Amino acid sequence: MPILEASGVTKYFGGLAAVSNVDLSVERGEVYGLIGPNGAGKTTLFNLIAASLVPKPGIIKFNGINITGKKPYQVCRLGLGMTFQTVKIFANMSVLENVLLGSFFGSPKYVPLSEARKRSEELLEFVGLSEAAPTPAKDLTLSSQKRLEVARAMAGNPELLLLDEVMAGLTQTEVSEAMRLVNRIREQGITIVMIEHVMKAIMNLCDRILVLHHGEKIAEGTPEQVAKNEQVIAVYLGE
Amino acid sequence: MIETILNVVVDGLLIGGIYALIAVGLSLQYGVAKVLNIAHGEFIMLGGFITWTSYKVFGINPLLSVAICGPLIFVLGFVLHLALFKRIRMTSETEGAFEGNSMLACFGLMFIIQNVAILIWGAGIKGYSYLGFPVSFGGGAVFPANRLTTLAVAVIICIVFYLFLSRSHMGKGIRAAAQDPDTAQLVGVDINRVLALCFGFGALMAGLAGTLVSMCYKVEPTMGLEYTIIAIIVVVLGGMGSILGSFLGGILLGLIGSLVSHIEPGLTLASFYLIFMILLLVKPTGIFGK
Amino acid sequence: MILKSKRLFYLLCLLLFLLIMLLSPLYTSDYFLILVSNILMYIVLTVSWTIFSGPTGYISLAPAAFFGIGIYTSAIMGSQFSLPVILATGAAAAFCCALLVGMVTLRLQGIYFTIFTFGLVELLGEVVQWWEVNVTGTTGRIVPGTEYTTVYYTMLGIAVVLMLTAYIIKHSRYGLALQSIGEYEEAAGHTGVNVTALKIVSFAVSALFMGACGVIMATRWTYIDPSIAFNPLFSFLPVLMAIFGGVAHLFGPVIGAVIFSYLEEFLTTQFPYYYMLIFGVILVIAIVYLPTGLTGLIRKLGGRLRRRHANT
Repeated sequence: MPILEASGVTKYFGGLAAVSNVDLSVERGEVYGLIGPNGAGKTTLFNLIAASLVPKPGIIKFNGINITGKKPYQVCRLGLGMTFQTVKIFANMSVLENVLLGSFFGSPKYVPLSEARKRSEELLEFVGLSEAAPTPAKDLTLSSQKRLEVARAMAGNPELLLLDEVMAGLTQTEVSEAMRLVNRIREQGITIVMIEHVMKAIMNLCDRILVLHHGEKIAEGTPEQVAKNEQVIAVYLGE
Repeated sequence: MIETILNVVVDGLLIGGIYALIAVGLSLQYGVAKVLNIAHGEFIMLGGFITWTSYKVFGINPLLSVAICGPLIFVLGFVLHLALFKRIRMTSETEGAFEGNSMLACFGLMFIIQNVAILIWGAGIKGYSYLGFPVSFGGGAVFPANRLTTLAVAVIICIVFYLFLSRSHMGKGIRAAAQDPDTAQLVGVDINRVLALCFGFGALMAGLAGTLVSMCYKVEPTMGLEYTIIAIIVVVLGGMGSILGSFLGGILLGLIGSLVSHIEPGLTLASFYLIFMILLLVKPTGIFGK
Repeated sequence: MILKSKRLFYLLCLLLFLLIMLLSPLYTSDYFLILVSNILMYIVLTVSWTIFSGPTGYISLAPAAFFGIGIYTSAIMGSQFSLPVILATGAAAAFCCALLVGMVTLRLQGIYFTIFTFGLVELLGEVVQWWEVNVTGTTGRIVPGTEYTTVYYTMLGIAVVLMLTAYIIKHSRYGLALQSIGEYEEAAGHTGVNVTALKIVSFAVSALFMGACGVIMATRWTYIDPSIAFNPLFSFLPVLMAIFGGVAHLFGPVIGAVIFSYLEEFLTTQFPYYYMLIFGVILVIAIVYLPTGLTGLIRKLGGRLRRRHANT
């Protein structure tokens, strides 16, 4: 059974279809890329999966459970973590508190303080932010804030992680670091769906890629297949 | 029957004109300067008292005192924005924080203006009679001339202002700032000046409304809050920040109020709140909003 | 280790202070008890306002509504019931009303929520006024009075329970979650926080204390009418006091409430005409120059001093 399944997912804003009739199916343990030109509907699709938006029509299943129409916190507690295109950290809370919140509320069972603290500290260690634990999150650099978002999203022990442009705006070395981080997350058995514009990262990390254009799925396959797809080439070169 | 309907409708239109004027002022302050001015009614009260003083003490015709009242209160609003809201805008982290903080500062202003007015004019009720003679309509409906005059003046002021916004250079700057302050700044609009101007114009319209109110009703230092609340209701009714919506909303609320007070006078204000709260829940963008 | 003994020291200080408060009716005048009861009332209103509005940033102007519900519960149940029963009923009524209001309004964003809550106070006032005039045929009601000491002890009890509740909430996971709502509501939801439920419940908990506070104050005032019970000042003052004191710490609102309620007492007796004027001036100054409140200012100064210390 695929971990994430979407069928016929559509979302209109006003009269415009931001996402139109998209089917996708992500297998457990894979890294699945989502690419497309600006305005292709990638982030809208993420918001639909994470239940910020409700598809109309369309059905999204997570672990075989229909999550269409559920609230974001419910989807999160089912095991779906996400990061945001523009970082949305809790700026005036400490770095540790940001992750603690995820440890407390991100999973369906009650987590005692000692366990949540231990989990959060491990995660900060994992993303390399241990030293920054007591500082207010707003004082971090952009790349650190993005890693903090990843740690927060992982705090609820998710099975699936949605990463929305975690590498945008980073320097070359930071991108390599982020790529290593994605690989390490995958080694923990977490499935990843990622939106990315950094092609090097997409091509190296992803098992399969879906290409969106004007809200529609125009191609899906391994990085090699997608790179050879004529329609994809036309879209990317034409724009 | 027809007489009653005519009475209710004309009565609603007469008060609706003043509501519209007040609401257009508030809409300008909130829509562009993002200040939800809880002290709006205080400027109306000031306008009323200035008119009363100039009529009673200096014998100036209330209609002419528009020329005194307007500039005075405009300057007051303009300076207040530069001295207060500009600073709050710079120290607030987000736009939401600015809206909250500036609204609270307005509560402070409300207390200040109200009590300064009590110190100057005393806490009592003041009034004068002007154009009090009746004008009769067909069908037996009779209305005092002063109320008819206020409706005409209110509509004229709104139209003049609408033309100013849509035609003049300054008006275009204001509209640009309302839509996108950052870009407006890039193309050379002095944003702080425009915001202060808007706040000043909003205050000006409240002041003029005060002049008109004083021609028909008594004025007292604590009269402001009721008008503020009506203005807020109308602005929500017409869609936050929409000048035309505020104008139509004002007329509409006048009609509703006139109808309810014909049936059960004690529940007029309560009906306003009820409409307002239902509207906030069902369509917070307003009847005429997008 | 040092932290622990410091905490113990604070706790002892608090207990000692509480003991003094408990014993004070024995050696002070009625005037003093009334004054302190009044200060306690503002502390209760302000701190309970801070429970919800402090961390989330949703500025509620509803305190007067819940306070007024308590007052009218007291007036209606009057002499037929004992005080604890009336207290419980008033608190429960305010709690339920807040639950209801919260369910319909808390999806409103920022300023709309504020206006709505303000409208609620005025609506309740108008409707009760109309009801009293047209149905019961009165304007005001007489509330059976109680002893000054009873009022004092009840208010003290409410304040202590409230402070404990506020402290527990603030230092629990729910306090953290409330703060995350204020920082980034959307992200809080995606991190697993049931945003809607948490907002509604904390809003209702804060209303509970306001209701209880209204019940006991009505027995001290003995005469009430809609314009006293639903006076919007009881919405404005708690907000002003909390912001003046600073909402980042629990003692900020307390300091704000103590200073302002004493100031009110002082100004109304000394300068009755300038009282609201001075209030307004302080409010404007507090917002323009003290956006983080008095406690924020003290912390900033403290930090500066400490740094200077470290440098030398």
